[in-house]
Amino acid sequence: MAATATVIQSASPLLEVSGVSKLFSGITALDNVSLDVRAGEILGLLGENGAGKSTLLKILSGAQPPSSGRITFNGSDYRPASPDAAKRAGIVTIYQELSLIPSLSIAENIFIGRAPTGHFGLVDWGKMRREAGEIVARVGLIIEPDTPVSALSVAEQQLVEIARALSLKSRLIIMDEPTSALTETEVRQLLSIMDNLRNEGVAVMFVTHRLEEASTICDRMTVLRDGRLAGHLYREGRPIPIPQIIEKMVGRAASELYERPAKRELPGAVRLSVKGLRTTRDPDAPHAIVLDGVDLDLKAGEILGVAGLVGSGRTELARAIFGADQIAAGTITLDGKPIHPTSPADAIEYGIGLVPEDRKHQAIFAMLGILQNFSVATLDTFSNRLGFMNESRERSALADYKSALSIRMASPEQPIEGLSGGNQQKVILARWLARNPKVLIVDEPTRGVDVGAKAEVHQILVQLAARGIAVMVISSELPEVLAVSDRIVTMRQGRITGEMSGNDATEEKLMALMALDQRQREA
Amino acid sequence: MTPIPEATERRRLNIFRILKQFGPLLFLIVLMAVFTALKPSFIDPINVFNILRQISITGLIALGMTFVILTAGIDLSVGSLLALCGMVAAIVAKGGAASSLSLSATEGAGFGWFAALLAALAVGSIAGGVQGVAITRLKVPPFVVTLGGLTIFRGLTLTLSSGGPISGFDADWRWFGTGLIGPVPVPVVIFAVAAVLCHIVLRYTRYGRAVYAVGGNAEAARLSGLRVDRILISVYVIVGFFAGLASFVLAARLNSAEAVAGMGYELTVISAVVIGGTSLFGGIGSVGGTVVGAALIGVLQNGLQFNNVSSYTQSIVIGLILIIAVAFDRWLKSRARS
Repeated sequence: MAATATVIQSASPLLEVSGVSKLFSGITALDNVSLDVRAGEILGLLGENGAGKSTLLKILSGAQPPSSGRITFNGSDYRPASPDAAKRAGIVTIYQELSLIPSLSIAENIFIGRAPTGHFGLVDWGKMRREAGEIVARVGLIIEPDTPVSALSVAEQQLVEIARALSLKSRLIIMDEPTSALTETEVRQLLSIMDNLRNEGVAVMFVTHRLEEASTICDRMTVLRDGRLAGHLYREGRPIPIPQIIEKMVGRAASELYERPAKRELPGAVRLSVKGLRTTRDPDAPHAIVLDGVDLDLKAGEILGVAGLVGSGRTELARAIFGADQIAAGTITLDGKPIHPTSPADAIEYGIGLVPEDRKHQAIFAMLGILQNFSVATLDTFSNRLGFMNESRERSALADYKSALSIRMASPEQPIEGLSGGNQQKVILARWLARNPKVLIVDEPTRGVDVGAKAEVHQILVQLAARGIAVMVISSELPEVLAVSDRIVTMRQGRITGEMSGNDATEEKLMALMALDQRQREA
Repeated sequence: MTPIPEATERRRLNIFRILKQFGPLLFLIVLMAVFTALKPSFIDPINVFNILRQISITGLIALGMTFVILTAGIDLSVGSLLALCGMVAAIVAKGGAASSLSLSATEGAGFGWFAALLAALAVGSIAGGVQGVAITRLKVPPFVVTLGGLTIFRGLTLTLSSGGPISGFDADWRWFGTGLIGPVPVPVVIFAVAAVLCHIVLRYTRYGRAVYAVGGNAEAARLSGLRVDRILISVYVIVGFFAGLASFVLAARLNSAEAVAGMGYELTVISAVVIGGTSLFGGIGSVGGTVVGAALIGVLQNGLQFNNVSSYTQSIVIGLILIIAVAFDRWLKSRARS
C-alpha cells in the first residue's frame, strides 16, 4: 500500500477544481473557486456557514452542476450527472445526515443495490456477510455484519458509511461535518481511521467546524469565505495553528473570538436550586442517561456553565428542570419556593426557558415564517382576551429583537429555514427573551453556528445575565464554556463531578473532571 | 454552462412562487372556462349555485379536515360519523327511531330541528374528541384510530336505525337543505360563513398559530410550551363538529337520514384539502386552499356530468387530478429551491 501511495502522490492531483462558480437565483454562492486534492492526503475544507462549502460539496457529489468552471478527476473531465454517477466515478460523499437504511443489516447496507449473487441469481448471503465483515474490520468496527443499523450508535453508523465507500473502491471520500455528533473518544477513533485511509492512498476531504480536529489531522486546508477562496494553509511539521485558520475564515484576528467578555456585576441571590434530582430509566430507551442525584444552585445574573461529554447527563438535567422529562426524586426551588414542573408548559409558566440542543428538531418550525417562530412561546402575550393575535405588536417586538440581536433577515414572513444557523439561533433566543424568563437554559448555544456569529451569541448570553436572568449554558465545546461562564460545573454519568469559578477553570482541569472517574483522576 | 442572467432567473422564480400560491385557483378558472366553452350554460347562475350546493356538504367537513391535516393528522371516519350524527339527529327530531316508518313530517312528536342540530353537533364533537384522546393518550396513529372509527360509527348507525332510513322532517329543518336566502341556497350560505370563520381562526388567532406550530414540529411546539395533546384533541373535535353540521344539512336536503349516508366522503374531503395545497405532513395549508380544492372537485364532477361523462370516468379523472395536483406542487417546490 505504501508503495502505491508514493506512486500516486508523485503524480498530479487526483481532483482538480478550477474556477468553479455557482449561481442560485441570481445570488453567487460560489465564486471562481479553485482547489485540488491529492491521493493519500487529508484536505480540510473550512469556512463559516454560508461560505460556500455545502455548495461545493453538492457540485462534487453530483447533486448539482456548476454554473461555470472546470473539474477534473483522475486526469479526465468530471461532470457527474447524479450522486450515483459521482459514486461510480470514485467520489463518495458522507453527509451529516447519514444515508443508511436503519432496518437493514450492516451487510445489506454496504452491498445495497449490488449484493453478491450465486446460483440462479439469488443473493449469496454467506459471501455478503463475509465480505462485509472484512470491510467493516478495515474501519475498526468489530461487530457482526448481521446487526441491523438501527442498533448502532451514530459513530458506528458513520464507520459503516466509510466502509461502504471503501467497498466501492472510492478514490476520494468527502466527509461533511463527520464529528459533530460524536463523543471525544469516537472522534479520536474516526481521526485515526482517516489517518489509515490516507496511508492506503485514499484522498479524504474533511469538511468541519471543529478547528481543533481539523488542525490535528489535515495535511492541508482550503478555506472559503463568502463563496470565494480565502486561502490555503499547509502543515509544516506541526499542526496548522488554529488562530491562523480562524483568521482566514473570518477575515479578522482570532483574539476577538472566545474572548472572555468584560468583568460583570457579581451575581445576586440564588434563583434556582436543585437538590438530589433523579430521573428514572425509560423502559423504551434502556441506554438513555439518568440523573443520579444532582445538586445545583443557579444565581440571578450569573452564567453557570455545565460541561460534560455526550452521555454525561447535561442535556437530561436541562430537560428535567424544564419539565420535559419525568423527575423521580429530588426538589427544584425557584426563588425559594418549591416548584413541580411536569411539562414544558408548566416550567414556562414558572419563568424557565430552554433553548434546546437540536435546533432543527426541537426548536425551529422550518417551513413557518420567522414571525411565527419568534412568537410561538408568547402567543398569550401577543393576543387579546378573545384569542386574536395583535400582529402589529408582535411585529414591532420582533423588529426590536432584530436590531438588538442583529438578526439578519429579509422579512418577518421569510421561512426560518432560509436563515443561517446563527440567525436561526438568535430568533430562538428572541423567542425566549420575549417571555422575559427568570431562568434561561441554553443547551449548545452555538451548535451549527458559524465562527463569526458564535461571538455574537456569547455576547447576547452575557447581556441576558446582566439583565438579571439566571443563565445556564450547556456546551460540549470547552472554549465556549470557558468564554462565557462565571462558574462552571462538570457532569459525568448523571452526577456533578466538580465545580470551579470561570476564572480558575482551564480546559485541562475541566476535561479531567468530565472524562475520568475519581480513581483515574487520583492516579 | 453559461450563467443565467440574473433578471430572468428572478422573474422565473416569481412565476413559480405565484403558481405555487395560486396554482389550484388558476386551474379552477381554466377548468371553468373550458366547461363554459364546451357548453355555455355551464356558467349559468343556476348551475353555479347547483355546484356550490353540491360541494357545501363535503366542503363543510373539509374545513374541519383542514385543521386535522395541518397537524399532520388524518380523519378517515368523517363519512361514517356524518351518517351517525344524521341518524341521531333524526331520532331526536322525531322522538325515537320507532317512527322511522312514517314518511310524513310528524310535527310535535319529537324535539324539533334545533334539538336535532344540537344532537348532531354534540355527537360529532364527542366522537371526534374520543378519537383525539385515543390518538394522544393511547399513542395510536390517527390513521388507525379513525379507520377504526370509520367502521365503528357505521356499525352504530346501522344498529340505531336497524339499517333503514328515517325520513320526513318538518319544513323548518328542510329549509336548511333546500331553502334560499335571496338567490343563494342555504347550504352554500352555511358553508361560506363557516369557511370565513375557519379562515379567521386559522389566520388571526392564537389557536390558529398553535395548530400550525404543532403540525410544523410537534416536539418544538411542546418545548415552546404549547399543550400539544390538547390541540391535537381539539382538531378532531372540530372535524367531528363539522361532520355533525354537514349531517344536519344533508338530512335536511334529502328529507331523510340514511344509514348509508356519507359513504366514501372521507376520500372526497381529503382530496379537497390536499388539492387545495395543504400538506399531509402538516404545518402548510389554508382554508382558502381547501375551498378552492372543494370547488375544483365540484366543478369537475358537474362539468363532466354536464358533458355526459359517466360517473365511472369522473372518479378516474378526480383521482388523476389529485395525484397531478400534488405532483405539480412538489415540482414547483423543487423548482423554487434550485
